[in-house]
Parts: sequence; structure tokens; C-alpha cells
Amino acid sequence: MVHLLLRQARRILLTVLLGGLLGATLVRLGPGFGVDERELDSRLSAESQQAIRIQAARDNNIARFYFRYLAGLVHGDFGFSRSLNRPVSQLLAERLPLTMLSLGYGVLGGVSIGLALALLTVWWRAPGADILPAIASGLCLAAPAAVIALVFLWLAPWIGAASRWAIALVVFPHVYRYAKNQLVATAQSAHVVAAQARGLSSWRVLWAHVFTPATPQLAALAGISVSLAFGASIPIEVICDTPGIGQLAWRAALDRDLPLLVTITVLVALMTLLVNSLADIALKTWKPGVAE
Amino acid sequence: MSLKQKIALAVLAVAVAASLAAGWLAQHSYAEQSREFISSAPSAQFWLGTDELGRDRFARLLYGTRVSLLLAPAAALLSTFFAALIGGAAGYLGGFWERTVTTGIDLFLSLPWLFLLLAVRALLPLNTSPVTSVMITFLLLGCLGWAAPARIIRAGTRTLASSDYLVQAAAIGVSPRRLFWLHLLPNLRPILLAQFWISVPLFILSEANLGLLGLGVSEPLPSWGALLRELENYSAVLQNPWMLAPAALLVIVVSCLQLLLRTEESVAC
Repeated sequence: MVHLLLRQARRILLTVLLGGLLGATLVRLGPGFGVDERELDSRLSAESQQAIRIQAARDNNIARFYFRYLAGLVHGDFGFSRSLNRPVSQLLAERLPLTMLSLGYGVLGGVSIGLALALLTVWWRAPGADILPAIASGLCLAAPAAVIALVFLWLAPWIGAASRWAIALVVFPHVYRYAKNQLVATAQSAHVVAAQARGLSSWRVLWAHVFTPATPQLAALAGISVSLAFGASIPIEVICDTPGIGQLAWRAALDRDLPLLVTITVLVALMTLLVNSLADIALKTWKPGVAE
Repeated sequence: MSLKQKIALAVLAVAVAASLAAGWLAQHSYAEQSREFISSAPSAQFWLGTDELGRDRFARLLYGTRVSLLLAPAAALLSTFFAALIGGAAGYLGGFWERTVTTGIDLFLSLPWLFLLLAVRALLPLNTSPVTSVMITFLLLGCLGWAAPARIIRAGTRTLASSDYLVQAAAIGVSPRRLFWLHLLPNLRPILLAQFWISVPLFILSEANLGLLGLGVSEPLPSWGALLRELENYSAVLQNPWMLAPAALLVIVVSCLQLLLRTEESVAC
């Protein structure tokens, strides 16, 4: 267990270090780096302008810049957003809770709908029972997240919380297809046939002998769902005008505010990795054989 | 191939043919602005009406389909090439190289796709000519989309590398380069084809999302993403439902691609 935790921690640390290096390099090589509008301020003396140039020149070396960036991250200093003229940490503190709430509800909704439909399809074994869920999941998979968000924006006066619904519908088809395949495979195994032959009720067979054994594999969906939801949060928050970090990332991209964009990307990667690692640890602790 | 897949193939063929014949089918150019027909309803002259600049929506849809349907496979080809090179080499060489590449793939995959696209797109110029913006968008998709296919290709290569015929070929003194190009890569073809077809709808959807966010293909060149931007004005969409044509066509084409994908996936497995 300790070995597993250490391995996951090492993986996260390595990703953050490499992601930070990639981010710092992007910021350093990005257009407009080192250009300071204050240099154009005619009220500044030659000495003041020189001091600004020296300060900017200190960051020209990528390695030095990276270590300063990393040291800042460790101390909670995520840099300064040039486009919004505010510290990145402040912006994140304001917007992250909103995105997390949307993501939480959205992922929960998507996983619930997907699992419920998958269970229903496996339980109700009539020919063509999966036609409607298959069409719904196919349509959701074929539509860009932004179009799904638009549909829910139109429906918002009746159902509200457009961004949460949209995230749920982005997550649902992936959960449904994976869960259905897993459950169908489990339902065809020998122990299920034996349970049916013994006359157990179909719900009992489904719950105790199909769903429960497949739970570890289904738990692994948590990581994938969070990653999907984070990706979809950008177009969804933009379309639904939700002031979360997805919308912030989009504004940063349009304003070419790379320090802000890179910090958000590294943070999102870190959160995705954490969820993936938790799912991985849970799976390996729960059913080591299955995880292998 | 099932009946559903045959229908999907036919629909795709019609969409590709119509987009290639845009010059004959459309009565107007995609950029031509008819100032006397601004936001007009469908008519014999403008089959899908005109947009707020007086441009023929039907012509823009056909040309936009051409951009998306021709360039998404090109980007998929590029990403599959990188994936084959990186994943194939890692699986074939094994050991340190395989571990390094696997770590790199894990790192790449831990970044949500759209966040990564947005970060790299922001690094590149935004105020470019339409043709340059098309190239940037699809090159970016091709260059950043290699990680997931590379993981599958690495695993496939690993399995092939330990197969009897490769071991025997190595034993009779075939050079590693010849083994890789003549014996390994051709046998990876089903996996490479499957990865190529999986990437096409993914790239079409990514371009649509980028275009809708204003980070895709620049005006006046149409693409599905750029055409979907009109939908943001949803009060106008309710009054003019034909504005939904690009979204409907996109969903139909991607659904058809996904139906066809099932054959490719089963071949690869």
C-alpha cells in the first residue's frame, strides 16, 4: 500500500515538474514576453526604465525563469495575469469553486445516467432494448460540447443550471458505453448463468452477481469522467457564460495571457492526476487482481 | 459490413462528394456578400438563406464541409504517423526507451485535450490569413493528437515484437531497421488504420469547439466550427431553424464515422 502511494505521489510530482517546465517554456517563448508597457511611459526617468529592463532580463534564461516560477508555485504565487491585471491565485480562488461545483454535479449526473441506462439495458434483455440509449449516447458523442451547451442554454428557462446538464451529457455517453460493455461481459460469465439456473430473481442476479463484481472496473471511470468534464468545461462555460476556470482559460487564450493559461492548465492536469490516482489506488486496494 | 454501416458510408460519400462539388452546386461564393439580402430566409436563390453579412449559407456550408472533411483526415494522418513513430519505436526498442516514452505519453494524456489545444493555440498568432489559420488549426490537432494512439501502438508493437516470425527473422540475421520497416510496421496496419479513423471524428469535434470559441479558422473561410458560431445568437436560431443545418450535418457525419469505426475497432482488436 505504502509502495503504491509512493509510486502515485512520484508520478504526480514528475508530471507537475515536467508540466511546470513545459509551461514555463511556453510562457518564456510566448509572444510579448519581456515587453513591458511601462517602458513607454514618458514620465519614467532613464534610470527607472533601465531598472525595468534589468528586471525583465533576469527572466530571459529559461532555467532561471523556471526555478523562479516553481518557487512561486510552492509558495502559492501563481504569477500575475497581465490581461486582467490581478494575481492568478486571486482569480483561481474566485472561479475554481464554481467550476468544481458544476463539474461535481455534472460528473455525478453523467455517471448516474450512464450507469442507470447501462443497468436497465442489461436487465431488460428484450431485442432492441438498447436502441434508445444507444441513439442518445451516439448523438451526445457526435455533438461538440459547445453545441450541447447551446441546447441546454435554450432549455435553461425550464430546467435551469445549463452548464451542469451539459457536462452531464458530455460524460454520460462514455460512461454508458463502457459500463454496458463491462456489464454485458460480466452477465455472460459462468457464475451468473449458475445464479440464474438456481432461480435467483433477475434484480438480485443483476445487483449481486453482475453489478457488484464489475464495480472496480466501473470505479476506474471516475478519472476518465473528470478529465472529460474538465475538457468540456471550456466551451460549456463560455457558451453558458459561467464565470469558472474554463471561461477564464478561454479569455486568457484570446488575450494571449500565457502565465494565466499555463497555470490553469497545470492546475487542471494536477487535479485530473489526483482523481486518476485515487481511482487507481481504490481499484488496486479493492481488487488487486482486477487492477493488474 | 452491416446495413447500418453501408448507409453510414453512403451518407459520408454524399457529404464528401457534395463538398467537393461545392463550386458547381452553390450558386454563390462563400465570401460573396449580397447587401440586399441580409439575414434572408431560404429561397430559390439562397437555399439555406443568408447570414448577417448577406453570404449564402448553403455555399458556406458546402465549403465549410470541404475544409473540415478534408483537413481532419490530414491531421489524423499526421498524428497517426507521429504515434506510429513514437509508439512503434518505444514498443520495439523496449527497456529505457519504452519507459521514457510511456511517461511522456502519461504526462501528455494527463492534460485535458482542449486545455492543451488552447494553451498551444494561444502561443501562435491569432490574426493570421484564413489559409494560415486553417493550417495552424489542423497542424496543431495533428501534432498534439499523437499520445493516445501512441499508447495503443506501443502495446501492439510490444506484442508483435515477441511473436515467432519476428524472433525467427532476427535469428536469421535480418537487420533491426529491416525488421522494423518490412516486418513490424506492415503488420501494425490494422491498429494504425483504427487509430486513424478514431482520430478523424475527434479532430472534427475539436475543430468545431475551437471554431465556436473563436480560436479556429479565420473569417471569411468557413469551417464547421466557424459556422456554428452563428448559433450563439439563439433567439435568431429559434426564428430561423435552418441555421441549425451545420450542427445537424456535423452530428450526422460524426455519427456515421462512429458507426464505421466499430468495424475498424474490431479489426484492430
